[in-house]
Amino acid sequence: MSQNTPEAQARIDLLVIADLVEPGSRVLDVGCGAGDLLHLLSTEKQVDGRGIELSQRGVNACVTRGLSVVQGDADEDLRDYPDDAFDYVILSQTIQATHNPREVLAQMQRIGRRIIVSFPNFGHWRIRWQLGVHGRMPVTHTLDYQWYNTPNIHLCTVLDFAALCGELGLHIEQTRMLSGDQDRRVKKPGRRDNLFAEQAVFLVSRDPA
Amino acid sequence: MTSKTTFEIGIDDTLDCGSERSKIEEKKRSDMSDTQNTNATGGPASTLNHQAHSATFGTDEPLTLDSGVSLSPFTIGYNTYGTLNDDKSNVVLVCHALTGDQHAASPNPTNQKAGWWQAIIGPGKTIDTDRFFVICTNVIGGCHGSTGPQDENPETGKPYGMSFPVITIADMVRAQTKLIDRLGIQSLFCVIGGSMGGMQALQWAVDYPERVFSAIPLATAPRHSAQNIAFHEVGRQAVMADPEWHDGDYYEHDTRPHKGLAVARMAAHITYLSEAALFRKFDRNLQDADKISYGFGADFQIESYLRYQGTSFVDRFDANSYLYITRATDYFDLARDHDNVLAKAFINVKTRFCVVSFTSDWHYPTAYSKEIVKALNAAAGNVSFVEIDTDKGHDAFFLDEPEMIATLTGFISSAAQQRGLNS
Repeated sequence: MSQNTPEAQARIDLLVIADLVEPGSRVLDVGCGAGDLLHLLSTEKQVDGRGIELSQRGVNACVTRGLSVVQGDADEDLRDYPDDAFDYVILSQTIQATHNPREVLAQMQRIGRRIIVSFPNFGHWRIRWQLGVHGRMPVTHTLDYQWYNTPNIHLCTVLDFAALCGELGLHIEQTRMLSGDQDRRVKKPGRRDNLFAEQAVFLVSRDPA
Repeated sequence: MTSKTTFEIGIDDTLDCGSERSKIEEKKRSDMSDTQNTNATGGPASTLNHQAHSATFGTDEPLTLDSGVSLSPFTIGYNTYGTLNDDKSNVVLVCHALTGDQHAASPNPTNQKAGWWQAIIGPGKTIDTDRFFVICTNVIGGCHGSTGPQDENPETGKPYGMSFPVITIADMVRAQTKLIDRLGIQSLFCVIGGSMGGMQALQWAVDYPERVFSAIPLATAPRHSAQNIAFHEVGRQAVMADPEWHDGDYYEHDTRPHKGLAVARMAAHITYLSEAALFRKFDRNLQDADKISYGFGADFQIESYLRYQGTSFVDRFDANSYLYITRATDYFDLARDHDNVLAKAFINVKTRFCVVSFTSDWHYPTAYSKEIVKALNAAAGNVSFVEIDTDKGHDAFFLDEPEMIATLTGFISSAAQQRGLNS
């Protein structure tokens, strides 16, 4: 069960993202926290990495590790970046906490050729069970908050996110459906993925594959 | 000024650094008499290795200013701390603020007060003199050893006064390059400074990108705003309105425009603090127990504090230098020479930047720092940015702010690693 701790889940998520990034590319990590992913990408993939992080503690941790990170907010500060500045713009476990996820994605689409987004899947059967059968707001290891204190204000399912990509004209290149220690590579996620994936990672692109 | 003595202990240029400085071990003062290359090492066996210097550039090495005027001869007073390594790659240039001086990490010889950045610079400190060779110069136009309006105009044999040429931030940097060249230093590991010092750090990276490995502009701005200029103009008019100013020729009249300069300092000092800090420190507290005087004495502690700031300032600063240096910051506009697009100033700049602002700074608010960050990002620059949460206002960069220290320490040590400067 150790794989199901939030820490272990987070690490799987980061490793999967790192796997999707081509070596030597230019990467912007939006909501980079203490810089774990940027550090991984710069040591393993030799990327030229930049980060945005809201918390002063996170920024300080990044700067101390030699990472180039600015204090800022996904909702506000992405518009300051020029078009086509990055090969990849990454939003890891952050989209559900943004005020305007559609606008954030649109900005990412403008800034980067490819976008990688990871998020907890609100369509997972355990979440549905808690709400549908018990009639309570779901609390799981990926969504470990009560309804009254959660920062996660824009939760979505795998199918919801795929639909938004379609609306924005983003082409899904690859998705990874994560559940426990399972990592399934899926070209186009379906209803079954929406029921069994705890987390999802989407690699999407402006241009058709 | 009856209440002046109340604040003489514990309060220096900022609300809190006085007490902080008192904790710092006093290093033996060095002799700053105007001798060349005086070796006056500070203190007991420490690696601060403080040396006070003065470098003069003769008529064969004139300083060509932005105004087109050529300043010659000119002198730069500067202090060094630490030891230059063999390949001269460990140089940290520390740039002082508006009314600062070169005594960053050693006591000021004029008043024996601790160096203005002794909390940051020294053995084992954030700017570690065991690792780095620190240079701090008095800016050109200043009054602490570098050529300024109080010095003799060779054409007249009298002090320059208002015949001193108007200088800019770029001129200050240009003068520093003359010194760096003379010392045989090709590249600076880091240029760091707060406020006007931050402007110099930015100017260095923009004008000499291949010579600056990293830059740390703190609590600064890419240009002076209308409000910044407005406050400076109030200060300059206060100096000029003082009858003792004599159109800048007060040296000849053996007097000083102390009253005007003190008012200028008082007005400016308010902009370096924050309302929250004033409330915390002073609120409406009365100077004399619990009664008001129904007069115009310094009833309130804040009045007494400001009067002390004004009167203590005039002892250490030349009024004409104040006019020239405030003018230099007013003229500062990094984008102006780059089609008014700040990002264009940073194209091809490979310098690593760490930009720091403070939440309660209304002199150079965070929005100004964000303009710098935005422009660097637009130019594909390499920038880190932190906004430090503090109520201590603009002058917070002088203080031992733990979050600032953590940021600077982290950035400097990782930059040193990237530069191959291992301790």
